Amino acid sequence: MNSAVSSRTPLALELCGLSKTFKLGGGMLHKSQTLTAVNNVSLRVPRGQVMGLVGESGCGKSTLAKILLGLTPPSAGDVLINGKAIVNANQKALARHIQPIFQDPYSSLNPRQRIAQIVGLPLRIHAIGTPKEQAAKVDEMLELVGLPKRAAQQYPGQMSGGQRQRVAIARALIMRPDLVICDEPTSALDVSVQAQILNLLLDLKEEFGLTYLFISHDLAVVEHLADRLAVMYLGRIVEEGTREQIFTSPRHPYTQALLASALTPEPGLGVPDIGLGAGQPDPTQPPSGCAFHPRCPMAQPECAQQAPSLSAIAQSTAPGTSQGTYQDNPARVACHFA
Amino acid sequence: MSNPSSAERSTAPASPLLTVKQLRVDLPIAKGTLHAVRGIDFHVERGEMLCLVGESGCGKSMTSLALMGLLPRKAQVNADCLNFDGVDLLTVSERERSNLRGARMAMIFQEPMTALNPAYTLGNQLCEALRRHQRVSRKAAHDRALYLLERVGISAAEERMRQYPHQLSGGLRQRVMIAMALMCEPDLIIADEPTTALDVTIQAQILHLLRDLQQEFGTAVIFITHDLGVVARIADRVAVMYAGEVIETASAQSLFQAPSHPYTQGLLRCIPTPGKTLPGSRLQAIPGVVPNLVEKVDGCAFCNRCDQADALCHTTPPLQTVADRHLSRCHFAHQLSNPAQLNTQEVTL
Repeated sequence: MNSAVSSRTPLALELCGLSKTFKLGGGMLHKSQTLTAVNNVSLRVPRGQVMGLVGESGCGKSTLAKILLGLTPPSAGDVLINGKAIVNANQKALARHIQPIFQDPYSSLNPRQRIAQIVGLPLRIHAIGTPKEQAAKVDEMLELVGLPKRAAQQYPGQMSGGQRQRVAIARALIMRPDLVICDEPTSALDVSVQAQILNLLLDLKEEFGLTYLFISHDLAVVEHLADRLAVMYLGRIVEEGTREQIFTSPRHPYTQALLASALTPEPGLGVPDIGLGAGQPDPTQPPSGCAFHPRCPMAQPECAQQAPSLSAIAQSTAPGTSQGTYQDNPARVACHFA
Repeated sequence: MSNPSSAERSTAPASPLLTVKQLRVDLPIAKGTLHAVRGIDFHVERGEMLCLVGESGCGKSMTSLALMGLLPRKAQVNADCLNFDGVDLLTVSERERSNLRGARMAMIFQEPMTALNPAYTLGNQLCEALRRHQRVSRKAAHDRALYLLERVGISAAEERMRQYPHQLSGGLRQRVMIAMALMCEPDLIIADEPTTALDVTIQAQILHLLRDLQQEFGTAVIFITHDLGVVARIADRVAVMYAGEVIETASAQSLFQAPSHPYTQGLLRCIPTPGKTLPGSRLQAIPGVVPNLVEKVDGCAFCNRCDQADALCHTTPPLQTVADRHLSRCHFAHQLSNPAQLNTQEVTL
């Protein structure tokens, strides 16, 4: 096992200057365009923590997840899992450490396989144990995620959305990975079922000492689950810090707008006027300087010229409600006026 | 055409814009008949925002399609009363129906990309709605469309009028849908999950806009959603649906302060709420799944998931008044609506 990393706060995941660009179009009549989906992202996720990743659609959250899972190579930068670079690691070795749970349990499970086959597939691919041992492991996993024994012989089509998401979780965890990428795992579920799945994810994290990268657009869910939070805007991280720091004293105007637009079930408050203007700009033609400046209520002339760097916030301003183990992982914000 | 609601109308202070009594929608499917809506009652006052809230499959979209007359032909719609401002929607001819649709009742769909025609310009589609229903000149229709596009916060409206739906972002398309719904100044707009496909920042803007316009034009809105956060912020009144029934109706204030049905209480408990739920703690999930609406549901539809159910719950609960204009379909509604008892009950859970 790789748990013998000697650092004081071992990192399950470290991203160093990660970028991903895509070439779009290009042909006889059109010039090809470059879309920078992920732009120089650096992030450190300590082991056993939940790192929330939030941002609007198209901000690069899912591309980031794809790079981590080895589904697409980064254009630049490094990904380190348990301190080891994955760039040249083979897919199979990587899959032992990192596993995904996707948003839509209707399309992420093969409709023509029984649940036992779906959940046991990773074991067969990695040739772990005899068929008998594999079957026992599948049964154990199904029980852990709260599915009845008879579920093993069912097809995904016979199950509800919540049950399917439990199957997806069982499949992700059967290899006992260190890191689980949860890409909007409850967005397709009803609220009453969402709570069941969130509880399950928290229980399993305790049980297996998992680290989650939790991608979501639902800030209430992220606040409930995440220890730390990174906010992305047009491919860049604009703010990162502990849950307390982000939710009680957000520094970046975009984070502030995101938090203001989260609607909690409190009647009488009305809908806030967040004054953000239109949607995200075209990612193939990102604005100059700070990418957020055309929507920012506090933008100054210099914001259009110079892109702010993601720099650490002085620790004194962040009250120490957290345990204070983050000296090497301080809150960061990318804004000239934070 | 006798009007069954006339008795009710005389007792109400002013007749509601829309009265729905015992609406049932049955859909024939391969395995039998799906009882999508199982006898629901509600009304919509003029100029009010009524939220229909519930989980997927509870019948909220079927209700809206039944009101608009947009259900598939095979679907069977029955009701004791389906009255829209004096028009009986059950017996109205298809011709009269299409005169109503778009003119006096309009709809905003969840996914504007599929609701807009990709082959026509926005200006064309906006003006069509008006020119279909009213004798206005091309110029007048154009001006109205331009005015509304500006009102819904679209800049360079003149240019947008010549664009096609794919040239707009999701948020802008939804703004166009709202403008289109307002073209003929309808009395009622049915908005079916209009912000579900949008980002939170855009959602806040669209809801803000919808609320502003609704108050400015005095339009009644039936807002269909599964998001209780949205409901709390925009609704005047709320109807909570479960398994094809309305199980609780109340003003937004009353519903969130004193929910009086175990399902509503469960829904409110299981969403993480900053300041109420401790981060990382276990959420109080509702166990089990919704009943299968192909089979006949006996008694209370929620009783197999309810932690307070007893033998009485196998009989159909009546809709009980627990407070002023606050109704709950639960045998124990009166006990549940008492906040003191609610607290002790939360501790024991």
